[in-house]
Amino acid sequence: MLTLTCPCCGVTAEETELAPGYEAHLKRFGPGSTDAEFESYMFARKNPKGVHFERWRHAYGCGKWFLAARCTATLEVFGTYPAQTTEPPAAILDAIRARRPDWKA
Amino acid sequence: MKRYSVFAIAREALRHHSGWDRAWASPEPRASYDVVIVGAGGHGLATAYYLGKNFGITNVAVIEKGWLGGGNTGRNTTIIRSNYLQDPSAAIYEKARSLYETLSQDLNYNVMFSPRGVMMLAQTHHEVRGYLRTAHANALQGVATEFITPQRVKELCPIMNIDGPRYPVLGALWQPRGGTARHDAVAWGYARACSAMGMHIIQQCEVKGVRSEGGAVTGVETTKGFIGCNKLGIVVAGHSGQVADMAGFRLPVEAVALQALVSEPIKPCMDVVVMANTVHGYMSQSDKGEMVIGGGTDGFNNFTQRGSFHHIEETLRALVETFPMLSRLKMLRQWGGIVDMTGDRSPIISKTPLGNCFINCGWGTGGFKAIPGSGWAMAELMAKGEPGPLARDFNLWRFREGQFIDESVAAGVAH
Repeated sequence: MLTLTCPCCGVTAEETELAPGYEAHLKRFGPGSTDAEFESYMFARKNPKGVHFERWRHAYGCGKWFLAARCTATLEVFGTYPAQTTEPPAAILDAIRARRPDWKA
Repeated sequence: MKRYSVFAIAREALRHHSGWDRAWASPEPRASYDVVIVGAGGHGLATAYYLGKNFGITNVAVIEKGWLGGGNTGRNTTIIRSNYLQDPSAAIYEKARSLYETLSQDLNYNVMFSPRGVMMLAQTHHEVRGYLRTAHANALQGVATEFITPQRVKELCPIMNIDGPRYPVLGALWQPRGGTARHDAVAWGYARACSAMGMHIIQQCEVKGVRSEGGAVTGVETTKGFIGCNKLGIVVAGHSGQVADMAGFRLPVEAVALQALVSEPIKPCMDVVVMANTVHGYMSQSDKGEMVIGGGTDGFNNFTQRGSFHHIEETLRALVETFPMLSRLKMLRQWGGIVDMTGDRSPIISKTPLGNCFINCGWGTGGFKAIPGSGWAMAELMAKGEPGPLARDFNLWRFREGQFIDESVAAGVAH
Protein backbone atom coordinates (compact mmCIF):
# COMPACT_ATOMS: atom_id res chain seq x y z
CA MET A 1 0.00 0.00 0.00
CA LEU A 2 1.26 3.43 -0.95
CA THR A 3 2.31 5.57 2.02
CA LEU A 4 3.34 9.20 1.76
CA THR A 5 4.48 11.69 4.38
CA CYS A 6 2.57 14.95 4.17
CA PRO A 7 5.12 17.81 4.26
CA CYS A 8 2.45 20.18 5.60
CA CYS A 9 1.45 18.34 8.78
CA GLY A 10 4.20 15.71 8.96
CA VAL A 11 1.77 12.81 9.18
CA THR A 12 2.70 9.62 7.35
CA ALA A 13 -0.55 8.55 5.71
CA GLU A 14 -1.55 5.60 3.57
CA GLU A 15 -3.44 6.05 0.36
CA THR A 16 -6.99 5.77 1.70
CA GLU A 17 -6.25 9.05 3.47
CA LEU A 18 -4.87 10.70 0.34
CA ALA A 19 -6.38 11.93 -2.91
CA PRO A 20 -4.25 11.77 -6.07
CA GLY A 21 -3.98 14.84 -8.29
CA TYR A 22 -1.89 13.59 -11.24
CA GLU A 23 1.11 15.30 -12.86
CA ALA A 24 2.89 18.10 -11.00
CA HIS A 25 4.80 21.12 -12.30
CA LEU A 26 2.53 21.72 -15.29
CA LYS A 27 3.02 25.17 -16.74
CA ARG A 28 -0.34 26.79 -17.12
CA PHE A 29 -1.46 28.42 -20.37
CA GLY A 30 -4.59 30.51 -20.59
CA PRO A 31 -5.95 33.37 -22.70
CA GLY A 32 -3.49 34.56 -25.33
CA SER A 33 -1.67 31.26 -25.63
CA THR A 34 -1.58 29.23 -28.83
CA ASP A 35 -3.90 26.26 -29.39
CA ALA A 36 -0.94 23.89 -29.19
CA GLU A 37 0.22 25.33 -25.84
CA PHE A 38 -3.26 25.13 -24.39
CA GLU A 39 -3.75 21.56 -25.63
CA SER A 40 -0.41 20.56 -24.23
CA TYR A 41 -1.25 22.06 -20.84
CA MET A 42 -4.75 20.62 -20.72
CA PHE A 43 -4.24 17.13 -22.11
CA ALA A 44 -0.69 16.01 -23.00
CA ARG A 45 0.88 14.17 -20.09
CA LYS A 46 4.33 12.73 -19.45
CA ASN A 47 2.91 9.46 -18.10
CA PRO A 48 6.43 8.06 -17.52
CA LYS A 49 7.18 4.45 -16.67
CA GLY A 50 9.58 5.28 -13.89
CA VAL A 51 10.21 8.49 -11.95
CA HIS A 52 7.14 10.71 -11.80
CA PHE A 53 6.30 13.93 -9.98
CA GLU A 54 2.73 14.12 -8.77
CA ARG A 55 0.26 16.23 -6.89
CA TRP A 56 -1.41 14.68 -3.87
CA ARG A 57 -3.83 16.04 -1.29
CA HIS A 58 -3.93 14.92 2.31
CA ALA A 59 -7.73 14.73 1.93
CA TYR A 60 -8.63 13.01 5.20
CA GLY A 61 -5.92 14.76 7.20
CA CYS A 62 -4.81 18.37 7.05
CA GLY A 63 -6.50 18.83 3.65
CA LYS A 64 -3.44 20.49 2.07
CA TRP A 65 -1.94 19.83 -1.37
CA PHE A 66 1.64 18.64 -1.62
CA LEU A 67 3.92 17.05 -4.23
CA ALA A 68 5.54 13.63 -4.33
CA ALA A 69 8.31 11.97 -6.36
CA ARG A 70 7.43 8.35 -7.03
CA CYS A 71 8.35 5.51 -9.36
CA THR A 72 5.36 4.32 -11.37
CA ALA A 73 7.09 1.06 -12.29
CA THR A 74 7.85 -0.07 -8.72
CA LEU A 75 5.66 2.21 -6.55
CA GLU A 76 8.84 3.30 -4.70
CA VAL A 77 8.52 6.75 -3.11
CA PHE A 78 11.55 9.05 -3.28
CA GLY A 79 10.15 11.84 -1.16
CA THR A 80 7.48 14.50 -0.75
CA TYR A 81 7.79 18.27 -0.81
CA PRO A 82 5.63 21.38 -0.55
CA ALA A 83 3.34 22.34 -3.42
CA GLN A 84 4.71 25.91 -3.50
CA THR A 85 7.60 24.95 -5.80
CA THR A 86 7.92 25.21 -9.56
CA GLU A 87 10.44 22.38 -9.83
CA PRO A 88 11.59 19.48 -7.65
CA PRO A 89 14.01 20.59 -4.89
CA ALA A 90 17.67 19.45 -4.97
CA ALA A 91 17.22 17.06 -2.04
CA ILE A 92 14.50 15.16 -3.91
CA LEU A 93 16.58 15.03 -7.10
CA ASP A 94 19.54 13.69 -5.07
CA ALA A 95 17.31 11.03 -3.52
CA ILE A 96 16.12 9.97 -6.98
CA ARG A 97 19.66 9.88 -8.45
CA ALA A 98 20.86 7.82 -5.49
CA ARG A 99 18.30 5.15 -6.38
CA ARG A 100 18.15 5.65 -10.18
CA PRO A 101 21.65 6.61 -11.42
CA ASP A 102 20.51 6.44 -15.07
CA TRP A 103 17.56 8.76 -14.60
CA LYS A 104 17.46 11.96 -16.64
CA ALA A 105 15.28 14.85 -15.55
CA MET B 1 -4.30 -24.08 -41.65
CA LYS B 2 -6.38 -27.16 -40.99
CA ARG B 3 -9.98 -26.21 -40.35
CA TYR B 4 -11.50 -27.12 -37.02
CA SER B 5 -14.75 -29.03 -37.40
CA VAL B 6 -16.66 -31.95 -35.99
CA PHE B 7 -15.08 -34.12 -38.71
CA ALA B 8 -11.60 -33.00 -37.65
CA ILE B 9 -12.38 -34.00 -34.06
CA ALA B 10 -13.68 -37.39 -35.22
CA ARG B 11 -10.62 -37.93 -37.44
CA GLU B 12 -8.20 -37.01 -34.67
CA ALA B 13 -10.08 -39.11 -32.13
CA LEU B 14 -9.26 -42.16 -34.27
CA ARG B 15 -5.51 -41.41 -34.31
CA HIS B 16 -4.80 -40.35 -30.75
CA HIS B 17 -4.96 -36.64 -31.57
CA SER B 18 -1.59 -36.81 -33.29
CA GLY B 19 -2.55 -34.67 -36.29
CA TRP B 20 -3.28 -31.28 -34.74
CA ASP B 21 -1.08 -28.46 -36.02
CA ARG B 22 0.18 -25.56 -34.00
CA ALA B 23 -2.49 -22.85 -34.12
CA TRP B 24 -0.03 -20.25 -35.38
CA ALA B 25 3.57 -20.21 -36.60
CA SER B 26 6.40 -18.48 -34.73
CA PRO B 27 8.76 -17.35 -37.50
CA GLU B 28 11.90 -15.26 -37.24
CA PRO B 29 11.29 -11.70 -38.46
CA ARG B 30 12.04 -10.75 -42.07
CA ALA B 31 14.05 -7.60 -42.84
CA SER B 32 10.93 -5.62 -43.67
CA TYR B 33 7.17 -5.77 -44.10
CA ASP B 34 4.48 -3.61 -45.67
CA VAL B 35 2.87 -3.17 -42.27
CA VAL B 36 4.26 -3.68 -38.78
CA ILE B 37 1.84 -3.67 -35.87
CA VAL B 38 3.30 -3.26 -32.40
CA GLY B 39 1.31 -5.19 -29.83
CA ALA B 40 -0.21 -8.65 -30.25
CA GLY B 41 -3.19 -8.16 -27.99
CA GLY B 42 -6.75 -8.38 -29.21
CA HIS B 43 -6.75 -4.96 -30.89
CA GLY B 44 -3.41 -5.45 -32.67
CA LEU B 45 -4.28 -8.93 -33.93
CA ALA B 46 -7.75 -7.80 -35.02
CA THR B 47 -6.16 -4.92 -36.94
CA ALA B 48 -3.87 -7.37 -38.74
CA TYR B 49 -6.76 -9.76 -39.44
CA TYR B 50 -8.99 -7.10 -41.02
CA LEU B 51 -6.04 -5.67 -42.99
CA GLY B 52 -5.80 -9.08 -44.63
CA LYS B 53 -9.48 -9.88 -44.83
CA ASN B 54 -10.89 -6.51 -45.93
CA PHE B 55 -7.93 -5.05 -47.83
CA GLY B 56 -5.83 -8.04 -48.95
CA ILE B 57 -2.72 -6.74 -47.16
CA THR B 58 -0.95 -9.82 -45.81
CA ASN B 59 2.73 -8.81 -45.75
CA VAL B 60 2.22 -7.94 -42.09
CA ALA B 61 4.13 -8.57 -38.86
CA VAL B 62 2.59 -8.29 -35.43
CA ILE B 63 5.34 -7.92 -32.84
CA GLU B 64 4.83 -8.44 -29.14
CA LYS B 65 7.03 -7.74 -26.13
CA GLY B 66 5.64 -10.56 -24.03
CA TRP B 67 3.36 -13.30 -25.19
CA LEU B 68 0.28 -13.17 -27.35
CA GLY B 69 -2.77 -11.81 -25.56
CA GLY B 70 -0.81 -11.58 -22.30
CA GLY B 71 -1.63 -7.96 -21.51
CA ASN B 72 -5.07 -6.51 -20.95
CA THR B 73 -6.62 -9.06 -23.34
CA GLY B 74 -5.88 -11.67 -20.69
CA ARG B 75 -6.79 -9.46 -17.75
CA ASN B 76 -10.28 -8.12 -18.35
CA THR B 77 -13.77 -9.17 -17.27
CA THR B 78 -14.83 -10.07 -20.87
CA ILE B 79 -17.99 -7.96 -20.95
CA ILE B 80 -19.37 -7.07 -24.39
CA ARG B 81 -21.96 -4.32 -24.76
CA SER B 82 -22.63 -1.28 -26.94
CA ASN B 83 -25.14 0.80 -24.95
CA TYR B 84 -23.23 4.07 -25.22
CA LEU B 85 -24.69 7.55 -25.28
CA GLN B 86 -22.56 9.32 -27.88
CA ASP B 87 -23.07 8.45 -31.55
CA PRO B 88 -19.42 7.70 -32.46
CA SER B 89 -19.07 5.38 -29.45
CA ALA B 90 -22.34 3.57 -30.12
CA ALA B 91 -21.31 3.09 -33.77
CA ILE B 92 -17.93 1.50 -33.12
CA TYR B 93 -18.99 -0.58 -30.09
CA GLU B 94 -22.09 -1.82 -31.91
CA LYS B 95 -19.94 -2.71 -34.92
CA ALA B 96 -17.72 -4.69 -32.56
CA ARG B 97 -20.67 -6.40 -30.86
CA SER B 98 -22.22 -7.38 -34.17
CA LEU B 99 -18.86 -8.79 -35.37
CA TYR B 100 -18.63 -10.81 -32.15
CA GLU B 101 -21.93 -12.49 -33.06
CA THR B 102 -20.31 -14.32 -35.98
CA LEU B 103 -16.67 -14.20 -34.92
CA SER B 104 -16.42 -17.91 -34.15
CA GLN B 105 -17.57 -18.74 -37.69
CA ASP B 106 -15.39 -16.05 -39.29
CA LEU B 107 -12.25 -17.22 -37.50
CA ASN B 108 -13.11 -20.93 -37.44
CA TYR B 109 -12.25 -20.72 -33.75
CA ASN B 110 -14.72 -20.90 -30.89
CA VAL B 111 -14.53 -17.58 -29.05
CA MET B 112 -17.48 -18.68 -26.88
CA PHE B 113 -19.46 -15.49 -27.42
CA SER B 114 -22.39 -15.70 -25.06
CA PRO B 115 -25.05 -13.03 -25.69
CA ARG B 116 -26.58 -13.58 -22.30
CA GLY B 117 -27.66 -9.98 -21.81
CA VAL B 118 -26.09 -7.05 -19.96
CA MET B 119 -27.98 -4.94 -17.45
CA MET B 120 -26.70 -1.69 -16.04
CA LEU B 121 -28.46 -1.01 -12.76
CA ALA B 122 -29.95 2.38 -11.99
CA GLN B 123 -29.55 2.82 -8.24
CA THR B 124 -30.16 6.56 -7.96
CA HIS B 125 -32.80 8.79 -9.58
CA HIS B 126 -30.01 10.53 -11.42
CA GLU B 127 -29.03 7.22 -13.00
CA VAL B 128 -32.66 6.46 -13.92
CA ARG B 129 -32.80 9.70 -15.91
CA GLY B 130 -29.39 9.03 -17.43
CA TYR B 131 -30.26 5.51 -18.59
CA LEU B 132 -33.67 6.57 -19.94
CA ARG B 133 -31.78 9.09 -22.04
CA THR B 134 -29.29 6.43 -23.15
CA ALA B 135 -32.14 4.04 -24.06
CA HIS B 136 -33.70 6.76 -26.25
CA ALA B 137 -30.31 7.57 -27.81
CA ASN B 138 -29.71 3.87 -28.48
CA ALA B 139 -33.10 3.60 -30.20
CA LEU B 140 -32.02 6.37 -32.59
CA GLN B 141 -28.61 4.75 -33.08
CA GLY B 142 -30.11 1.35 -33.89
CA VAL B 143 -28.70 -0.31 -30.77
CA ALA B 144 -31.27 -2.62 -29.17
CA THR B 145 -31.59 -1.61 -25.50
CA GLU B 146 -34.51 -0.92 -23.21
CA PHE B 147 -35.11 0.49 -19.76
CA ILE B 148 -36.62 -2.21 -17.54
CA THR B 149 -38.42 -2.13 -14.19
CA PRO B 150 -37.00 -3.41 -10.88
CA GLN B 151 -39.40 -6.37 -11.05
CA ARG B 152 -38.02 -7.37 -14.44
CA VAL B 153 -34.49 -7.00 -13.03
CA LYS B 154 -35.42 -9.39 -10.25
CA GLU B 155 -36.88 -11.87 -12.74
CA LEU B 156 -33.74 -11.80 -14.85
CA CYS B 157 -31.39 -12.00 -11.90
CA PRO B 158 -33.09 -13.58 -8.87
CA ILE B 159 -30.01 -13.51 -6.63
CA MET B 160 -30.20 -9.72 -6.54
CA ASN B 161 -31.60 -7.75 -3.61
CA ILE B 162 -33.50 -4.87 -5.23
CA ASP B 163 -34.76 -3.22 -2.03
CA GLY B 164 -31.62 -1.51 -0.83
CA PRO B 165 -31.68 0.05 1.75
CA ARG B 166 -28.69 2.10 0.68
CA TYR B 167 -28.64 1.31 -3.03
CA PRO B 168 -32.16 0.18 -4.08
CA VAL B 169 -32.53 -0.96 -7.69
CA LEU B 170 -34.81 1.52 -9.45
CA GLY B 171 -34.53 -0.03 -12.91
CA ALA B 172 -31.89 -1.00 -15.39
CA LEU B 173 -30.65 -0.39 -18.90
CA TRP B 174 -30.97 -3.81 -20.51
CA GLN B 175 -29.10 -4.89 -23.63
CA PRO B 176 -30.27 -8.42 -24.40
CA ARG B 177 -27.61 -9.03 -27.09
CA GLY B 178 -24.69 -7.99 -24.92
CA GLY B 179 -22.78 -10.65 -23.05
CA THR B 180 -19.34 -12.16 -22.64
CA ALA B 181 -16.75 -14.05 -24.69
CA ARG B 182 -13.68 -16.11 -23.92
CA HIS B 183 -10.91 -13.52 -23.84
CA ASP B 184 -7.94 -15.79 -24.64
CA ALA B 185 -9.84 -17.42 -27.49
CA VAL B 186 -10.39 -14.02 -29.12
CA ALA B 187 -6.63 -13.39 -29.21
CA TRP B 188 -5.81 -16.97 -30.20
CA GLY B 189 -8.51 -17.08 -32.88
CA TYR B 190 -7.31 -13.88 -34.50
CA ALA B 191 -3.67 -15.02 -34.26
CA ARG B 192 -4.47 -18.34 -35.93
CA ALA B 193 -6.41 -16.64 -38.72
CA CYS B 194 -3.59 -14.08 -39.26
CA SER B 195 -0.96 -16.82 -39.34
CA ALA B 196 -3.05 -18.72 -41.90
CA MET B 197 -3.00 -15.64 -44.14
CA GLY B 198 0.82 -15.71 -44.03
CA MET B 199 1.28 -12.91 -41.51
CA HIS B 200 4.11 -13.14 -38.99
CA ILE B 201 3.35 -13.08 -35.29
CA ILE B 202 6.61 -12.45 -33.46
CA GLN B 203 6.49 -12.85 -29.71
CA GLN B 204 9.21 -12.01 -27.15
CA CYS B 205 10.28 -9.11 -29.36
CA GLU B 206 10.33 -5.74 -27.65
CA VAL B 207 10.35 -2.47 -29.56
CA LYS B 208 13.28 -0.32 -28.46
CA GLY B 209 12.98 2.55 -30.89
CA VAL B 210 11.14 3.92 -33.92
CA ARG B 211 13.27 4.92 -36.91
CA SER B 212 12.04 7.63 -39.26
CA GLU B 213 13.30 9.56 -42.26
CA GLY B 214 11.98 12.82 -43.62
CA GLY B 215 9.03 12.82 -41.21
CA ALA B 216 7.86 9.31 -42.10
CA VAL B 217 8.45 6.05 -40.31
CA THR B 218 10.90 3.54 -41.84
CA GLY B 219 10.89 0.80 -39.24
CA VAL B 220 11.35 -0.22 -35.62
CA GLU B 221 14.40 -1.20 -33.59
CA THR B 222 13.61 -4.33 -31.63
CA THR B 223 15.34 -6.86 -29.41
CA LYS B 224 15.42 -9.07 -32.53
CA GLY B 225 17.04 -6.38 -34.66
CA PHE B 226 15.75 -3.72 -37.01
CA ILE B 227 12.47 -4.46 -38.79
CA GLY B 228 11.62 -2.14 -41.68
CA CYS B 229 8.06 -1.20 -42.60
CA ASN B 230 6.09 1.10 -44.87
CA LYS B 231 3.38 1.61 -42.27
CA LEU B 232 3.51 1.28 -38.52
CA GLY B 233 0.56 0.66 -36.21
CA ILE B 234 1.01 1.25 -32.48
CA VAL B 235 -1.57 -0.79 -30.55
CA VAL B 236 -0.04 -1.24 -27.12
CA ALA B 237 -2.69 -0.03 -24.63
CA GLY B 238 -0.99 0.80 -21.30
CA HIS B 239 2.42 1.44 -22.82
CA SER B 240 1.17 3.68 -25.65
CA GLY B 241 2.90 6.68 -24.12
CA GLN B 242 6.26 4.89 -24.11
CA VAL B 243 6.08 3.82 -27.77
CA ALA B 244 4.72 7.23 -28.81
CA ASP B 245 7.69 8.78 -27.02
CA MET B 246 10.04 6.66 -29.22
CA ALA B 247 8.10 7.91 -32.26
CA GLY B 248 8.53 11.49 -31.06
CA PHE B 249 5.07 12.63 -30.06
CA ARG B 250 3.04 12.89 -26.86
CA LEU B 251 -0.38 11.52 -26.12
CA PRO B 252 -3.23 12.74 -23.92
CA VAL B 253 -3.06 9.44 -22.07
CA GLU B 254 -2.31 8.39 -18.51
CA ALA B 255 -1.78 4.80 -17.43
CA VAL B 256 -3.54 3.58 -14.29
CA ALA B 257 -4.25 0.18 -12.78
CA LEU B 258 -7.65 -1.47 -13.05
CA GLN B 259 -8.34 -4.55 -10.99
CA ALA B 260 -10.58 -7.57 -11.26
CA LEU B 261 -11.08 -10.65 -9.15
CA VAL B 262 -12.84 -14.00 -9.20
CA SER B 263 -14.54 -16.02 -6.49
CA GLU B 264 -14.34 -19.73 -5.92
CA PRO B 265 -16.42 -21.61 -8.53
CA ILE B 266 -20.04 -22.27 -7.58
CA LYS B 267 -23.08 -23.75 -9.31
CA PRO B 268 -24.81 -21.58 -11.95
CA CYS B 269 -26.72 -18.82 -10.19
CA MET B 270 -26.61 -15.83 -12.54
CA ASP B 271 -27.00 -15.98 -16.33
CA VAL B 272 -26.72 -12.27 -17.11
CA VAL B 273 -24.00 -9.65 -16.75
CA VAL B 274 -24.76 -7.01 -14.14
CA MET B 275 -23.07 -3.64 -13.92
CA ALA B 276 -23.68 -1.29 -11.02
CA ASN B 277 -22.10 2.04 -11.81
CA THR B 278 -23.17 3.92 -8.70
CA VAL B 279 -21.13 1.61 -6.53
CA HIS B 280 -18.80 0.84 -9.42
CA GLY B 281 -18.83 -2.91 -9.50
CA TYR B 282 -19.70 -5.35 -12.23
CA MET B 283 -20.16 -9.07 -12.16
CA SER B 284 -20.87 -12.10 -14.29
CA GLN B 285 -20.50 -15.83 -13.80
CA SER B 286 -17.89 -17.60 -15.89
CA ASP B 287 -18.43 -20.98 -17.52
CA LYS B 288 -16.28 -22.47 -14.79
CA GLY B 289 -18.68 -21.07 -12.18
CA GLU B 290 -16.48 -18.33 -10.78
CA MET B 291 -18.09 -14.98 -10.13
CA VAL B 292 -15.99 -12.54 -12.18
CA ILE B 293 -15.95 -9.13 -10.55
CA GLY B 294 -14.49 -5.83 -11.67
CA GLY B 295 -14.25 -2.49 -9.96
CA GLY B 296 -12.90 1.01 -10.41
CA THR B 297 -9.47 2.23 -11.35
CA ASP B 298 -6.80 3.50 -9.04
CA GLY B 299 -6.40 7.25 -9.14
CA PHE B 300 -2.67 7.46 -9.80
CA ASN B 301 -0.22 6.54 -12.57
CA ASN B 302 0.86 2.97 -12.17
CA PHE B 303 2.62 0.43 -14.41
CA THR B 304 2.89 -2.43 -11.92
CA GLN B 305 -0.16 -4.52 -12.97
CA ARG B 306 -1.32 -4.58 -9.38
CA GLY B 307 -3.69 -2.16 -7.75
CA SER B 308 -4.69 -0.90 -4.34
CA PHE B 309 -6.43 -3.26 -1.98
CA HIS B 310 -8.95 -0.71 -0.78
CA HIS B 311 -10.52 -0.50 -4.26
CA ILE B 312 -11.35 -4.19 -4.12
CA GLU B 313 -12.67 -3.78 -0.61
CA GLU B 314 -14.94 -0.91 -1.71
CA THR B 315 -16.22 -2.82 -4.74
CA LEU B 316 -17.08 -5.91 -2.73
CA ARG B 317 -18.57 -3.98 0.15
CA ALA B 318 -20.98 -2.28 -2.24
CA LEU B 319 -21.78 -5.41 -4.26
CA VAL B 320 -22.58 -7.43 -1.11
CA GLU B 321 -25.60 -5.24 -0.48
CA THR B 322 -26.98 -5.86 -3.97
CA PHE B 323 -25.89 -9.53 -3.99
CA PRO B 324 -26.15 -10.72 -0.35
CA MET B 325 -25.01 -14.25 -1.26
CA LEU B 326 -21.56 -12.86 -2.15
CA SER B 327 -20.82 -12.43 1.54
CA ARG B 328 -20.48 -16.25 1.81
CA LEU B 329 -18.03 -16.56 -1.07
CA LYS B 330 -14.27 -16.74 -0.89
CA MET B 331 -12.37 -14.71 -3.44
CA LEU B 332 -9.77 -16.80 -5.22
CA ARG B 333 -7.65 -14.54 -7.39
CA GLN B 334 -7.13 -10.86 -7.94
CA TRP B 335 -5.11 -9.12 -10.63
CA GLY B 336 -4.58 -5.74 -12.25
CA GLY B 337 -4.12 -4.46 -15.77
CA ILE B 338 -2.60 -1.20 -16.96
CA VAL B 339 -5.25 0.80 -18.78
CA ASP B 340 -4.64 3.89 -20.91
CA MET B 341 -7.08 6.63 -19.98
CA THR B 342 -7.71 9.65 -22.21
CA GLY B 343 -9.16 12.95 -21.10
CA ASP B 344 -12.64 12.21 -22.45
CA ARG B 345 -12.50 8.46 -21.72
CA SER B 346 -12.88 7.66 -25.42
CA PRO B 347 -10.29 5.87 -27.54
CA ILE B 348 -7.88 7.27 -30.13
CA ILE B 349 -7.74 5.65 -33.60
CA SER B 350 -5.74 8.15 -35.54
CA LYS B 351 -2.96 9.29 -37.77
CA THR B 352 -0.07 10.75 -35.81
CA PRO B 353 2.37 13.64 -36.25
CA LEU B 354 4.79 11.04 -37.71
CA GLY B 355 4.00 10.05 -41.29
CA ASN B 356 2.78 6.50 -42.00
CA CYS B 357 2.54 5.90 -38.26
CA PHE B 358 -0.90 5.19 -36.83
CA ILE B 359 -2.06 4.75 -33.28
CA ASN B 360 -4.91 2.87 -31.65
CA CYS B 361 -5.03 3.44 -27.90
CA GLY B 362 -6.97 5.00 -25.06
CA TRP B 363 -9.53 2.23 -24.70
CA GLY B 364 -9.17 2.67 -20.96
CA THR B 365 -11.26 0.30 -18.90
CA GLY B 366 -13.44 -1.00 -21.75
CA GLY B 367 -11.28 -2.29 -24.57
CA PHE B 368 -12.21 -5.96 -24.77
CA LYS B 369 -15.74 -5.37 -26.01
CA ALA B 370 -14.39 -3.22 -28.84
CA ILE B 371 -11.74 -5.57 -30.22
CA PRO B 372 -13.38 -6.52 -33.58
CA GLY B 373 -14.70 -2.99 -34.26
CA SER B 374 -11.41 -1.40 -33.25
CA GLY B 375 -9.47 -3.74 -35.55
CA TRP B 376 -11.94 -3.08 -38.37
CA ALA B 377 -11.60 0.71 -38.05
CA MET B 378 -7.82 0.64 -37.54
CA ALA B 379 -7.33 -1.62 -40.57
CA GLU B 380 -9.31 0.81 -42.73
CA LEU B 381 -7.25 3.72 -41.41
CA MET B 382 -3.95 1.94 -42.05
CA ALA B 383 -4.90 0.58 -45.49
CA LYS B 384 -6.28 3.84 -46.88
CA GLY B 385 -4.17 6.27 -44.87
CA GLU B 386 -7.36 8.13 -43.96
CA PRO B 387 -9.92 7.22 -41.30
CA GLY B 388 -13.21 5.66 -42.30
CA PRO B 389 -16.59 6.51 -40.77
CA LEU B 390 -15.96 4.47 -37.60
CA ALA B 391 -12.60 6.05 -36.75
CA ARG B 392 -13.11 9.61 -37.99
CA ASP B 393 -14.27 11.11 -34.71
CA PHE B 394 -11.65 9.31 -32.62
CA ASN B 395 -8.73 11.34 -33.97
CA LEU B 396 -5.84 12.63 -31.92
CA TRP B 397 -6.70 16.25 -32.72
CA ARG B 398 -10.12 16.33 -31.10
CA PHE B 399 -8.57 17.51 -27.83
CA ARG B 400 -7.14 20.63 -29.49
CA GLU B 401 -10.43 21.28 -31.29
CA GLY B 402 -12.58 20.60 -28.24
CA GLN B 403 -14.57 17.95 -30.12
CA PHE B 404 -14.60 15.45 -27.29
CA ILE B 405 -16.55 12.23 -27.37
CA ASP B 406 -17.33 12.74 -23.77
CA GLU B 407 -18.27 9.35 -22.38
CA SER B 408 -16.75 10.30 -19.04
CA VAL B 409 -19.59 12.75 -18.54
CA ALA B 410 -22.12 10.52 -20.33
CA ALA B 411 -21.40 7.52 -18.13
CA GLY B 412 -20.60 9.42 -14.96
CA VAL B 413 -17.77 6.93 -14.34
CA ALA B 414 -14.91 5.40 -16.22
CA HIS B 415 -16.44 2.69 -18.36
